[in-house]
Amino acid sequence: MSGILIRGGQVIDPSRGGAVADAAANGVADVYLLDGRVEAVGRNLGGASGIAGAMVVDATGQVVCPGLIDVHVHLREPGQEDLETVASGSMAAAAGGFTAVCAMPNTDPVCDNQGVVGFIKAQAQRAGKARVYPIGAISLGQRGQQLAEFGELVGAGAVAVSDDGKPVVSSHLMRTALEYAKTFGIPVADHCEDPTLSAGGVMHEGLVATRLGLKGIPAAAEEIMVARDILLAELTGGHVHLCHMSTRGSVELIRRAKERGIRVTAEATPHHFSLTDLACEGYDTNAKMNPPLREAEDREAIRQALRDGTIDVIATDHAPHHYDAKEREFDDAPNGIIGLETALGLAVTELVESGLLTLPELVKRMSTLPARVFGLPGGTLAPGAPADVTVFDPTAQWTVRPDESFSKSRNTPFAGRELTGRATLTIVRGQVVYQRGD
Amino acid sequence: MTSAALGKDLIGLEHLTPAQLELILDTAEPFKEVSERPIKKVPALRGKTIVNLFFEPSTRTRISFEFAEKRLSADTVNVSPQGSSVSKGETLVDTARNLEAMRIDMVVIRHGASGAAQFLGSRIRSNVINAGDGKHEHPTQALLDMLTLRDHFGRLAGLKVAICGDILHSRVARSNIWGLLKLGAQVGVCGPATLLPRNIEALGVAVLPRIEDAIQWADALNVLRLQLERMQTGFIPSLREYNRVFGVTSERLARAPKDLLILHPGPMNRGVEIDSDVADGPHSVILPQVTNGVAVRMAVLYLLAGGAPDWAQAAGRGEDH
Repeated sequence: MSGILIRGGQVIDPSRGGAVADAAANGVADVYLLDGRVEAVGRNLGGASGIAGAMVVDATGQVVCPGLIDVHVHLREPGQEDLETVASGSMAAAAGGFTAVCAMPNTDPVCDNQGVVGFIKAQAQRAGKARVYPIGAISLGQRGQQLAEFGELVGAGAVAVSDDGKPVVSSHLMRTALEYAKTFGIPVADHCEDPTLSAGGVMHEGLVATRLGLKGIPAAAEEIMVARDILLAELTGGHVHLCHMSTRGSVELIRRAKERGIRVTAEATPHHFSLTDLACEGYDTNAKMNPPLREAEDREAIRQALRDGTIDVIATDHAPHHYDAKEREFDDAPNGIIGLETALGLAVTELVESGLLTLPELVKRMSTLPARVFGLPGGTLAPGAPADVTVFDPTAQWTVRPDESFSKSRNTPFAGRELTGRATLTIVRGQVVYQRGD
Repeated sequence: MTSAALGKDLIGLEHLTPAQLELILDTAEPFKEVSERPIKKVPALRGKTIVNLFFEPSTRTRISFEFAEKRLSADTVNVSPQGSSVSKGETLVDTARNLEAMRIDMVVIRHGASGAAQFLGSRIRSNVINAGDGKHEHPTQALLDMLTLRDHFGRLAGLKVAICGDILHSRVARSNIWGLLKLGAQVGVCGPATLLPRNIEALGVAVLPRIEDAIQWADALNVLRLQLERMQTGFIPSLREYNRVFGVTSERLARAPKDLLILHPGPMNRGVEIDSDVADGPHSVILPQVTNGVAVRMAVLYLLAGGAPDWAQAAGRGEDH
């Protein structure tokens, strides 16, 4: 079988050489992929003539890194295929530089049994664009009453459990989920929200909400549940993964929990580190999301938490919605935005260009640690690792044009935004699944 | 259609300039006289079609707008969600497009969702006037309050106006705050902490924790309706307690350092936020507010329709009618 030789790129592999990639691996090098595995990484592989039979990709001036992994997307299939399918979502992932995504279970029917897990995996395999790892529901039907059968879910291929989209209100259920999930070595990913505090809220509770006359969701609605989950993780020794953190208070709670050695990991989204509640001005429903966009101090806390590692990973919370659903009164519009194709550009623009993160640190938060936190293959270019590779141009200037998205939906507040950094080549299992310009 | 004086729509007072606010109030003055005539009609909007689109129940605001429109000789249609396509699930934007296709000129909209008026205004060519959107703004109510205050005190600059009651859920409060502050008045808000939005002081208002504080501080009290429907969600313990702690009563007013002007946008809950002897007392301007409402709405309709700021010309045409 012929391989792929990626030549002359800046190879970044944070999985080797400690917290961030070692100096040698960060230099310009070649990467040779063969038979679905990383065969070799080194300088001038094969000499001037290259490797016989290998497809050669010139990556001069570009970053070559382990494939990006998004641990939090909504693919809407089964049930809402008009918004997104596993195929369209995984194509959007590939175009955004993601080689793997974890699909949340709030489909219809809910992904709370092996049938749905198997269906999603089969659809992903058929599409052949990105690895799709289903996340099973914590509770049957996401109703918050009875634990789903984690053993069956994991057996069918689920990599975590979550009731995302709905908070786990019952502390008892959350406790048992954390305890039971230990048996299978999977994280319990929680959507942290106290619904008695957030009820009726449509944006962050703050001055902007006061001016717009919209009901707010206080930061405490998230922080109360973050605190609870941390206490339950400490009680049970289970691994809690906190989804889409949005407030400085949450960051502070996680920081202290990690100092105490509690098994907590966390994610932040590109929109929460890029935008504030000011984006809701003019009642722009593309800025309506849950958790809501917060204040400048919260955004800064999230950015600092990504810098110092309090927040482990960047995840998109890619949430496709139909144009008509967003084209209505703010109170009635659904929450969420698409994010797979803008995540890398926002991360480079907002975090790297501002000096908060180096490129290796960025790759760590978008590939190495997502793989580690969710126990997934990938996240490394070590020889023998899966040949999942992302090549991106960290200096590419481009404009977000929703009409060009591979997603079936267009709901983004970043339309027209100028970004720096864009994926040019995405390889999954040694196969090119996306090449910009094709 | 775009009015040079006000722009296309009147969504709220937050984004109007002091000069635009003064213009509306000044334009309303001569319109008051129209309502005193035996034939209460001028031809200023003759040939214009106006749709009153009321998605929420409203009596006084809708009737006030309708009188204003008719006294300006406009053709009016009233639409309510009951019995319309809205009850069949039609979206706001589809409703608007259909109305637009019927070649209307203006829409007056009352809607339960904040931002609905702005949403509509950005999607249709007709002028849109916000007659109250969710908890956002109710600009013509604030304008009529301001006109009433100006009538009584002769000025707004330097006045101290305390808005009392459920500020959190009130669109009237927000419009009053923007309008009064822009024209130089001081604004205080008074109510239970559960009914005051967080960061309200950042809008430039004083927070008066107790009704006694408001009474000591203010020249005028604008008493808001306690929205009884909110009480189910536990913002206050009971109506009885509210009256005891925050009710505007004659006993409390008797301890004021001066006579306070009493305003209320209505409808009133007598014996809850305001006692009857205050509402009907000598310092109440609650009914003059209603009268001024028609004049203010005539002014807004007239200006948005492209009417000249110089009202004398239009008034002259009125005499010919």
